[in-house]
Amino acid sequence: MGIINTSRIKSPWIMHFDNSSCNGCDIEVLACLTPLYDVERFGIVNMGNPKHADVLVVTGPVNRRTARVLKNLYAQVPDPKMVIAVGTCACSGGVFHNCYNILGGVDKVIPVDVYVPGCAAKPEAIIDGVVLALQKLSKALGVAK
Amino acid sequence: MAPRTVAPFGPQHPVFPEPIQLKITYEDEKVVNVVPAIGYGHRGIEKACELNEYQKNIYLCERICGICSCIHGISYCEVVERLWPIDVPPRAKYLRTIWSEMSRTHSHLLWLGLMADAFGFESMFMQFWRIREKVLDLLEMTTGQRVTHSVSVIGGVRRDIDDEQKKKCIKVLMEVRKESEALINVFINDYTVKARTVGKGVLTKEQAIALGCTGPHLRASGVKEDCRMQGLQAYGDLGFEPIVEKDGDSYARSVVRCRELLQAIDLQLEAFSKMPEGEIAVRPKGNPPANEAFYRAEQPRGEVVYYAKGNGTRNLERLHVRTPTYANIPSLLVMLPGCELPDVPVIIHSLDPCISCTER
Repeated sequence: MGIINTSRIKSPWIMHFDNSSCNGCDIEVLACLTPLYDVERFGIVNMGNPKHADVLVVTGPVNRRTARVLKNLYAQVPDPKMVIAVGTCACSGGVFHNCYNILGGVDKVIPVDVYVPGCAAKPEAIIDGVVLALQKLSKALGVAK
Repeated sequence: MAPRTVAPFGPQHPVFPEPIQLKITYEDEKVVNVVPAIGYGHRGIEKACELNEYQKNIYLCERICGICSCIHGISYCEVVERLWPIDVPPRAKYLRTIWSEMSRTHSHLLWLGLMADAFGFESMFMQFWRIREKVLDLLEMTTGQRVTHSVSVIGGVRRDIDDEQKKKCIKVLMEVRKESEALINVFINDYTVKARTVGKGVLTKEQAIALGCTGPHLRASGVKEDCRMQGLQAYGDLGFEPIVEKDGDSYARSVVRCRELLQAIDLQLEAFSKMPEGEIAVRPKGNPPANEAFYRAEQPRGEVVYYAKGNGTRNLERLHVRTPTYANIPSLLVMLPGCELPDVPVIIHSLDPCISCTER
């Protein structure tokens, strides 16, 4: 398993899921992948398939309808997995805290490893969040980063 | 008859950044039926707007949609100002116009990139987003935030653009215009791009009107309709003329947006040259009186309608928002049946869907 764990840390594949956010954080997650920030040079690739992903990046607050979808996606990501909640509303519900259809932050439904606050979270903060998640993952796996 | 397959498209799908589900029925590779299922992004913002104080709703309304957030915030301020009514200083009107057009520039660049990605032209996606970062830098410099600006307040705007910032804006906008022109040339004239867009997802003028489409989607079908024609804010002084195409296919919708992108940059440059000096905000007196008001604005995706009803207290009695994508989604039921499976993402993207707007 040594080489697999090393490559998990060296080249993590992320999957982005939008709960019911305002799109602000989603376009910032996409902006991370485009030329100015370009995280692909560190081997970080955005995947559409949860079964290929190591890191689940979740934006937006959980509402009554996406809660089931999010649980389903979380179950499909293979272990060991990391969950990053991007944006204030993914952390706690934020500006939508008193909307009737909102359950709250992502941690109401699935366990979260890293919280990235900000409305909208800046690409630098998102990249920092991914780095923190990888440090946590390498510690859990016992692999030197 | 070939056997039919029903495939779910979403709510989590690589093509969509946002959750929406389309249940698509195929016969071999041909689409025969589409059933959209929305509701994944519903938060209940309209109700929450009744619970909050009226000044705080600006932040909530901006977060109806993060891509066109600037125009949502401005439209909310405009509709609440109409309850008194408050007359906004001319400089604030110009500043609002400039920020509206700047956010249209970034939104259209974003859309052109995503459209290129939808038909598999990834390097063009990267190029459009590279240019877009320059516009975001301008927005960050003038408003303080990249995405959600919160720059408009009831009675005016929160920040002014000084001469130094104005010079920088003009310089960068000229660069953006030059670079986008080169890329748009590829988008409009390239053989492979045309092969994916020409004749795909045709919507005739009659269908577009009957289905109540709005925005670039409607103008691509040959209808001259744009809320900026009302001449509100500074648009009356800027000599605005809507851009119309005739064909109504994905290619025409791309061309409309390409031309609108350049037009938005021209409008900003013109607004910068004509911007009057003076105050940027007036303070509203008391709470919104018991009154009703409407406001229509043109977003990058189409027409947004704000309705507000005050009752003399700090809270609004009712706020209703009609967003452009909600009006445009029914046209998918006409455009998708009959197309091939690989054209589905291109046709859906040609609509510029914004699901968080749709469901609020």
